[in-house]
Amino acid sequence: MAEEKKLFKVTIDNITIDVEPGTSILNAARMIGGDVAPPAMCYYSKLKGSGGKCRTCLVEVAAGSTADPRPMPKLVASCRTNVMDGMIVKNITSERVIDARNGVVEFLLLNHPLDCPICDQAGECHLQDLSYDHGKEGTRYEFGRRTFEKHDLGPYIQLHMTRCILCYRCVFTADQLTNKRVHGVLDRGDHAEIATYIEKSLDNDFIGNVIDVCPVGALTDKTFRFKNRVWFLKPVDAHRDCPKCSGKVTLWNRGDEVFRVTARKDQWGEVNDWICNECRFEKKATSDWVIEGPTQVSRQSVISQGHYVGLHKPKETLVEVLDGQKPRLLMDIHDVSEVNKPTVDLSKIAGPAHSDDFK
Amino acid sequence: MGRKLLLEKAHVEGIRTYEVYRREGGYASVEKALKTMSPDQVTEEVKKSGLRGRGGAGFPAGMKWSFLAKPEGVPRYLVCNADESEPGTFKDRYLMEFIPHLLIEGLIVASYALGSNRTYIYIRGEYAWIVDILETAIAEANANGWLGKNIFGSGFDLQIYVQRGAGAYICGEETALIESLEGKRGNPRIKPPFPAVKGVWDCPTVVNNVETLAAVVPIINLGGEEYAKIGVGKSTGTKLISACGNINKPGVYEIDMTISVEEFIYSDEYCGGIPNGKRLKACIPGGSSVPILPANLLFKTAKGDTRIMNYESLSDGGFATGTMMGSGGFIVLDEDQCVVRHTLTLARFYRHESCGQCSPCREGTGWMEKILKNIETGKGKMSDIDLLWDIQRKIEGNTICPLGDAAAWPVAAALRHFRDEFEWHVLNPVESQQRNFGLAHYADPRPVPATA
Repeated sequence: MAEEKKLFKVTIDNITIDVEPGTSILNAARMIGGDVAPPAMCYYSKLKGSGGKCRTCLVEVAAGSTADPRPMPKLVASCRTNVMDGMIVKNITSERVIDARNGVVEFLLLNHPLDCPICDQAGECHLQDLSYDHGKEGTRYEFGRRTFEKHDLGPYIQLHMTRCILCYRCVFTADQLTNKRVHGVLDRGDHAEIATYIEKSLDNDFIGNVIDVCPVGALTDKTFRFKNRVWFLKPVDAHRDCPKCSGKVTLWNRGDEVFRVTARKDQWGEVNDWICNECRFEKKATSDWVIEGPTQVSRQSVISQGHYVGLHKPKETLVEVLDGQKPRLLMDIHDVSEVNKPTVDLSKIAGPAHSDDFK
Repeated sequence: MGRKLLLEKAHVEGIRTYEVYRREGGYASVEKALKTMSPDQVTEEVKKSGLRGRGGAGFPAGMKWSFLAKPEGVPRYLVCNADESEPGTFKDRYLMEFIPHLLIEGLIVASYALGSNRTYIYIRGEYAWIVDILETAIAEANANGWLGKNIFGSGFDLQIYVQRGAGAYICGEETALIESLEGKRGNPRIKPPFPAVKGVWDCPTVVNNVETLAAVVPIINLGGEEYAKIGVGKSTGTKLISACGNINKPGVYEIDMTISVEEFIYSDEYCGGIPNGKRLKACIPGGSSVPILPANLLFKTAKGDTRIMNYESLSDGGFATGTMMGSGGFIVLDEDQCVVRHTLTLARFYRHESCGQCSPCREGTGWMEKILKNIETGKGKMSDIDLLWDIQRKIEGNTICPLGDAAAWPVAAALRHFRDEFEWHVLNPVESQQRNFGLAHYADPRPVPATA
C-alpha cells in the first residue's frame, strides 16, 4: 500500500490548496491559477537554479506556518520560497506587493528601449504583458537609456542587448542544455551584459532554445526577423521524426508558408520539450511536418486576435425576436437626403475629399 | 583609557614576525583550546562572550557557529571575510597588516571549534600587499607546528589558504564571497539555503569577519564571561573603529563601547577634534551604508540621552532618529561639507558595485545616481527629491542581498535629515555651485519630548 503523503496546506489570496512539501509558493499559486499566480520574468521551472532575480514575483507571507505563524518581515520571491504547512500568502490582496511590483516593473522598463513597434517579440513578450498588468502609463526616468556594443551571433540568433532584463534564463539554458557552457554574464550592475564571446561558440544543436526562453526580445530568431508580426500568424502544432529532439513543435504559418518554428509552450509560456536547431531553423516547409491541429492560444494573448479557434459565436436572435420575419430595408437614407451631395463624384476629386468639396 | 584586547601589542617592534608575536604571548589561546578544551567548549565560550559579528550586521558570532550543520562525512569550512570594501572602513586592513598572527591564531581556534580542516581567507583584491604578509605569517605558523597535520598531537588538521578577490564590493556579502571563492561570478546566492547548511562547495560553512575571528583570541585567553564584562549590555568586548574625515587624528582605534560619541570625536586620545576650529555638521558612524546623522542627533538621542559608541545606543530611535554601528567606519563631516555631494558620491559607489543580478538594485542605483547628479550640479527639480525617496523605498527590502538596502539607506537618511539642503540646491541652482549650504541648523539642540 502506498504510504499516505503528508500534504501542506497553503492559503494564497484566501484560496486554500494542498500541495506537496517542497513546492514553491509560485508553483502552488500556479496550481490555483488565474490572477493568483504571480508574474515571473526570470523563473523557469525547467531550468535548475533559475529565479529569484527579477523580483516581479514578490509576495507577502502573512503567516510563516502553523508552527510559527509569524509573518515574514520582507516580501519574498515566491519562485524561490517553499511553502510551509499552514502558510498564508498574500499576492494581489496585498498593497505592499502591488506597490513593490509596480516599482519592479518601472525598474525593468527604465533602460528598456520600448521599441515594441519594431521588435519581433512584440505580441508574445512577457515584459509587455507585465507592463500592461502592473505598469504605469508614463515613466519618471528622464535620462538616456543605456546602450551596448553590438554582437553578431551568426545567421540564426539575433541579440539585442538593450532589451535584455538580465533574467539569466539563457545562461542557464546554455549551461544545462548544452554540453559546453557557451555564455554567461559579463560586467556588473547596470552595464552587465550577456556575452563571453557568445558569438564564438554557438554551434551547439540546442542553442536555439535560448530564443524560446528569453522573456523579452533580446534573443530572437534571425530567420524570422522582420518577416511578420506574430499575431498575423497562425500557430499550429506539428511534429516530425527528429533524431536529435522530440520533434514536437509549433509552426507559425501564414497560408501555407511556415514563417518560423518554435517549441511548444505551456500556459505559463514555458517550453514543453526542447527542440534542436535543425527543427527550428532548417525545416521551413509544410511538407517537412505532420500537422496535428491549431495550437491553443490563451484568449488573453494578442496572438489569438483573428484566430477563431474554439470560439463560441453568439446566436443571431433577430429573426427569433421578429417572430420569424426577416429584417427588411425600409428606406435607404441616401435616396432621399441630399446632405452628402450624391452628385459629387469622389473619383474626380484630386486627393482626399474635403468638406469644401461638398459646399 | 579604554581596555585594549586586539591592538594591545600592535606597536611592539617586529610584532608582524612570529618570534616577537610568540614572545609577547601569542598563540596561547591555541594551546589552551587544543590542549584543554573540546570544540563545543570553545563555541560555548564564544557564545558566553556575547561577541557580535564585526562585519556590520552585528549578529552574535557564537549563535552563528551553533547554526552550522554537522552532517557525517561532509567537510565543513570556515571562511574569513577580509573583503573589507565599505567606504570608510579600514580596520581589518590595519589588523592584518600589523598583527597578522593574531588573525591566524583566531582562525586556528575558530577552525578547531567548527571542525574546519581547510580554512580560507578571502581577501579584497586591492589589498595585494597584505596577501604577502598573511602568506608569510601562515608559512611561519606552519614551520612552527601551529598548522598542518595533527597539530600538537590534538588530532586536529588545519591548513589556511589566502584567496584574493578581484575588486568587487559585492564579494563582501557572504554568499557572493562563497561564489567568488569557488571561482564563479560573485553574484549573491538566494537564501535559503544559508551558508551554515550549504556554503562553499555546498558544504556547511561559516563566514566571519577578520575582527570577529581575531576577537576569538582574547575570548579564549580571558574566558567568555570575563570578555562579556567589557562593554555594556549586548555590546560586549572591544570594537575597532576606523575614523576618518574631518578630524585631527584619523586612524584605527580600539574602544570598549562605553565612551560617548562626543568624547570619541573630541578627546585627544581618539579623533582629537575637528581641524581648523570648524564645527561638526554630520557623521556616519558605521561605514558608508549606515544612515548619516546630523550633529544634533549624533551626541544625544531623540530622547535626550547621551549617545554611546555601541550597537544599542547608536541604533536608538531606529532609522528615524538613529543609525547603526555597522562595520565601524566612522566618517566625520564638518560644516564645509555638502551632504548632497556626499550622498552623490555614495550613490555612485553603489551604482558601480551593484552586481546587476536583481532588477531593483541594478536599475535603481543608477537612477538615484543620475538624479543626485542633477541636484548636485544645479539642474534638479523639487519633484526629484520625492522621486529619490520613492526609488530608495522601492529598492529597500526588495533585493536578493543587502546591497540594495545599503544603497537605499544613505539616500533615505540624507533626505530625512538634510532635506532642506537638497531643497536649497534645487531653489538656488547658481549659488549652490559657488558655496556650500553650511552648517545651518543641523547642530541646534533638538527639543526633547517630555516623558510622563
